[in-house]
Amino acid sequence: MNQSPGWVFVLPSLVLIGLIGLPLIALVWRSAGRDFFTYVLSESAFSALKLSLVTSTISVGLALLTGTPLAYILVHSKFPGRTLVDLLVDVPVVLPPSVAGIALLMAFGRAGIFGAWLNALGITIPFTTAAVVIAQTFVSAPFLVRSARIGFAAIDPQQQEAARMEGANEWQVFRYIMLPLAGRALLTGIIMTWTRALGEFGATILFAGNLEGKTQTMPLAIYIGFEVDIKIALVLSVMLLAVSLVFLALLRRLEEPD
Amino acid sequence: MKRFTLSFGLMVALAMVFSACAPAATPTAAPATPVPAATTAPTSVPTATPTSTPAPQTLTVFAAASLTGAFGDIGKAFEAAHPGVTVKFSFAGSQALRTQIEQGAPADVFASADHKNMDPLVTENLVATGADQDFATNLLIVILPPKNPANIQTLQDLAKPGLKLIFEDPSVPAGNYTRQILTSLSKDPTYGADFSTKVLANVVSNETDVKQVVAKVDQGEGDAGIVYVTDALAAPDLKTISIPANYNVIAHYPITALEKAPNPDLAATFVAYVLSADGQAVMKKWGFSPANP
Repeated sequence: MNQSPGWVFVLPSLVLIGLIGLPLIALVWRSAGRDFFTYVLSESAFSALKLSLVTSTISVGLALLTGTPLAYILVHSKFPGRTLVDLLVDVPVVLPPSVAGIALLMAFGRAGIFGAWLNALGITIPFTTAAVVIAQTFVSAPFLVRSARIGFAAIDPQQQEAARMEGANEWQVFRYIMLPLAGRALLTGIIMTWTRALGEFGATILFAGNLEGKTQTMPLAIYIGFEVDIKIALVLSVMLLAVSLVFLALLRRLEEPD
Repeated sequence: MKRFTLSFGLMVALAMVFSACAPAATPTAAPATPVPAATTAPTSVPTATPTSTPAPQTLTVFAAASLTGAFGDIGKAFEAAHPGVTVKFSFAGSQALRTQIEQGAPADVFASADHKNMDPLVTENLVATGADQDFATNLLIVILPPKNPANIQTLQDLAKPGLKLIFEDPSVPAGNYTRQILTSLSKDPTYGADFSTKVLANVVSNETDVKQVVAKVDQGEGDAGIVYVTDALAAPDLKTISIPANYNVIAHYPITALEKAPNPDLAATFVAYVLSADGQAVMKKWGFSPANP
């Protein structure tokens, strides 16, 4: 059972491990230096980190508030067009972020189809921090819906039946039976959504632009930094890598059986 | 099964975090790998065998975003004059192209919108000393969306609070020039010492190249931007406000064959073509002024 897998398996595996591992090692290696913390503590790095954390947190909140009920409906209700909604929510997962950015501009841009109405009311979305949140929610919320849907679907229907027999209404079933039982899947969804929102680049630069402290999140600061001062791009990348690794570790903990 | 699905989803999400910057870091750079034979093949067709077709060669030209229209035309003319040659362009902000060249991108020719992004390449031995030559100059101009929603009529109007101005990042040549212009305008009492500060307070985005500014202003997403005169000519539905000559910046565009060019001979031929009367006629057609008027 525990015999060595043989070179047919080991060699291809090593190629992939190298492909993923070497760039990450190179990133950390190249960023190391006496001035590392000077860059970490620099104002532009700090403002990008702060903006990224604030916007991704709001995006996760929005995804949770809207995605959880949607996932619940998708699992528990039969309605015409359900398959279509199901498919629609998954589209951002496969959509290139630049396409998402253009689509958001066409819809909510100042001259966009709906943005023009909003503009008439004095509300402009593009090039604001709100635009960053919208872009992040667009691309990341589907991960929460997916995760929550899996969580809700895995619950034994008999448990809901039992609760209803005891006189629980729909909200009580959701609040006291479904939410706790799907808690772990929801947490997984939250972390995945968060990670995706933190990394959002393409839709943000098109829809929200690039302004330090307002719309310049970590990935944008890394992109601009690459062209101005590679050192700051490297340091920011390592910071983002560290945050992502923490999320990954958390997720691994969640996925471990009790 | 459930755990597998979740792990897979996470991997996708994480991969996106790290890949997020990657596609954009080389926005248009997809330089075709030059045919290895091309480096040794003669650039001229041997006259002894008139029926043979020349070995196919690919020339990779990295050019400032503001050269998109003009160089597109020059590329076509160059291909017509040199059968078998394909010219591939990567248009982006000069600062992005310079960085890519520094990171080893296999480019043959580099045409920058300023010397600030050319000179470091000389120091780094990626361009031979004295090899780069100015081939065009350009001026800057204020552009407004076709409908001019903010009703901007003069340069002074740019300082009105609440405008949404879209500029280039200061690392982009045009963004650097824009800030130089604002600084000199602020020295004129007509505009006031705080003119530059007020205008920059209206900036909602610092874009990564000049064409992004044109596109976003053209879409009506911004109230105004500052780009090259040639960009405004290429987008005729935009409204413009000219910047007086004594405050404007003359942008000098240098071009050079790169030291590590995969096709050094062809690169030199292309540079010579841009500087030739034919090349200069195309530049003029697109609104550029000659380097040595």
